[in-house]
Amino acid sequence: MAKKLGPLDIYRYLPKTNCRECGEKTCMAFASQLIERDVKLEDCPQLMKPDFAEKFHHLKEMLAPGVKEVTIGTGDAIVKIGGEEVIFRHELKYFNQTALALGVHDELEADALLKRVRYVNDFKFKRIGEELTLDLIAIRSVSGDPERFAQCASKVSAETGKPLVLCSYDPKVLEAALKVVGGKRPLIYAATKDTWKEVGKLARKYRCPVVAFADDMSELKSVASALRSMGIEDIVLDPGSNVKNLSSVLGKFVLARRAAILKDDKDLGFPLLGIPAATSAENGLEKTLKEVMIAATMMDKYADLLVLHTQEIWALLPLITLRQNLYTDPRKPVAVDPGLRSIGKPTKSSPVLLTTNFALTYYTVVSDLESAGIACYLLVIDTDGLGVQASIAGGQLDASKVKDAIKRVRLGEKVKHRKIVIPGYSARISGDLELQSGWKALVGPMDSSGIKEFIEKKWSS
Amino acid sequence: MKFDLTKLDELLKGAEELELENVDMSVGELELALSAMVSAAKRAEYRDLSFEALLMDFPGRVAEVELGATKANGGTRKNVVRVGGEKTLPFYNFEAQNPYRPVIAYDVFDMKVHLAGPVRKHFEEVLEDPAEWAKLCVKYGADLVTVHLISTDPTLKDTSAREAAKTVEDVLQAVKVPIIIGGSGNPEKDPEVLEKAAEVAEGERCVISSASLNLDYKRVARACMKHGHVVLSWTQLDINDQRTLNKHLLGLGMKKEDLIMDPTTAALGYGLEYSFSIMERIRLAALKGDGDLQMPVSSGTTNAWGAREAWMDAREWGDREKRGPLWEAVTALTLCLAGSDLFMMMSPTAVGLFKDTVESLSRPREVEPLDIGNWISMR
Repeated sequence: MAKKLGPLDIYRYLPKTNCRECGEKTCMAFASQLIERDVKLEDCPQLMKPDFAEKFHHLKEMLAPGVKEVTIGTGDAIVKIGGEEVIFRHELKYFNQTALALGVHDELEADALLKRVRYVNDFKFKRIGEELTLDLIAIRSVSGDPERFAQCASKVSAETGKPLVLCSYDPKVLEAALKVVGGKRPLIYAATKDTWKEVGKLARKYRCPVVAFADDMSELKSVASALRSMGIEDIVLDPGSNVKNLSSVLGKFVLARRAAILKDDKDLGFPLLGIPAATSAENGLEKTLKEVMIAATMMDKYADLLVLHTQEIWALLPLITLRQNLYTDPRKPVAVDPGLRSIGKPTKSSPVLLTTNFALTYYTVVSDLESAGIACYLLVIDTDGLGVQASIAGGQLDASKVKDAIKRVRLGEKVKHRKIVIPGYSARISGDLELQSGWKALVGPMDSSGIKEFIEKKWSS
Repeated sequence: MKFDLTKLDELLKGAEELELENVDMSVGELELALSAMVSAAKRAEYRDLSFEALLMDFPGRVAEVELGATKANGGTRKNVVRVGGEKTLPFYNFEAQNPYRPVIAYDVFDMKVHLAGPVRKHFEEVLEDPAEWAKLCVKYGADLVTVHLISTDPTLKDTSAREAAKTVEDVLQAVKVPIIIGGSGNPEKDPEVLEKAAEVAEGERCVISSASLNLDYKRVARACMKHGHVVLSWTQLDINDQRTLNKHLLGLGMKKEDLIMDPTTAALGYGLEYSFSIMERIRLAALKGDGDLQMPVSSGTTNAWGAREAWMDAREWGDREKRGPLWEAVTALTLCLAGSDLFMMMSPTAVGLFKDTVESLSRPREVEPLDIGNWISMR
């Protein structure tokens, strides 16, 4: 989408019958929803009729994101990358989150190989109601031996449902593995200026997505264009992860993304691949720490797929968290509704706890209470969507507000005690709160992870 | 669907090579197959295309703010620190060179505070002596030091403004880098505390933190104008509030060159995306010419240590000594890429990591040759 579309641009090609079959009240409303990507063209039954075929295709093209969505893998085990249409997340949102691949290679001992593969399979991290995972396994040909690479691919494939990336610059090596696992639609890495034709043929034969690699932007465009001249449209771009010079990497990522979205450059309208795994130790800094910083840089600036080496949880945790943050829909409100919530089945002697209506604080506290199995009431104060520390500092959380909330939700009728647990960071309002409300304020832990212990030790109704 | 076979035929005539391995496609895939066939029919070829970079020439520029004053300018700092002056987004070295690198201000508190283990171990000896604490920060490479006068909070020690000012003088004596002076966050008391601090630090061109909409910002701003300091304009994750407060401050007669903005830093995992997008929007507005937002941006990166993933000693999350500093460093890096100029930080390990990454992001354009086979064959 090179030009910013308005609903009118879309409406022109819609049936204009306001038939409501799509669920929207009007075709104009449907047009707005299309731009927001909350609905699909296919949701309009009229458009799917043969008479509208031409308009359907025209709309399809108009609405196609600047960065093509590329699918890796088959069946349930697919990973989608790309599909992006804005440069900055506040302009709409980022859609398919950066996929993370963990590298293995064909000279690993069988045990070590299986261990790494299973690590990816089993990697699950629950955070604010979402399950964060690792997405693919990248197999590198260290030996250069086609047979050995094929065997390794076959072993990995038998062990995992995760999609694969097959990595070699030698088409013969790639072909050997594709013969074995090509049916699973792995991502082929990589076609270059020298190998585009052979690798392109493999991509076509096995109907797999393929990476175009070049260290230079003109060459990258040329390789992608050459692949496209063969009819290949499932392409991923690797502009060269020179991890010693992030300035150049960032520049190439940004310029590729600008070309795709602002210039509608079809050769560069593909997802971007970064390789933090290429990090080598220098400056005395530990390699893994560096790898994380490189990966974070790439993730902040448009990488759609990253190949990582580290499998340290302390290194992966910041990365999957950053990914979760960046790909949150910015249109989603910061605040949840204030009021009184019941966690579990509280009774008249259950604890009452207090938190703010900042969505992240709220969900964190709720998840901690639920996982601790504490039946209680949670009083959610309207702090304009700010967290505890910020709202204490800014005055959005103070004693009089809590007093009013206690009254409004008739807390006195819900429980027979008169005690409320307040967040550790709001300790400074405890005195005032007791004076104003007549409720005893128990200063809870600084972090809601300590609630279980706090309630066990300090609570009695 | 109909296709025009005559046209396809014509296309195929000139083809040297045609591979039809894809003919077993289902009807649903027909359209794709057709386009693939047509393209395949075209001569597959490699052409040397030239990439033309789309470069932006932004009309606006971020104001340059000078922090600290040397003897020549009526102060006693050994050096000044400059921030701002950006002509493009951070590290977009391909289209313009921004003049300054991000700078680090280490946090110092005027009373013993609870610090996360991986941070505390670096400052264990000095936690009750702000002047010694500040010295240690400079040893760790601090560009600036922030002295937070939190003990002035009436619910903590209720230290008087006069006493707190003494701490400021001690820190100014102890170190020669420019300093930032922070209050306790108490909106009733801060104006008085900051006013007094501004007075005793006259001529040193400190950053006074902060002016905000919930306190008497006029009093803070006037003290800064009178005694030659820079004001930190602090709002909470709201770009419109930020614009409003800046307008008020400019309306009082302050110049852009005397202001730094803090739109609030939410930590990695705890709303970082809000800070990221607000800073990105602020910077873009500045570059597009919005004079009310053309000030450098500061980030209270230390907030990262409020995240349990940073401080908690949880075995299932791996080594806290690495995880914690990474949490702070990734928060800094991400907001740096969104446009922040000044980073208030705590962990020397995190600062080291952040600076190392900034160094790499600041390299000149000449690309060191890359051994392309290297990462694949690495053992």
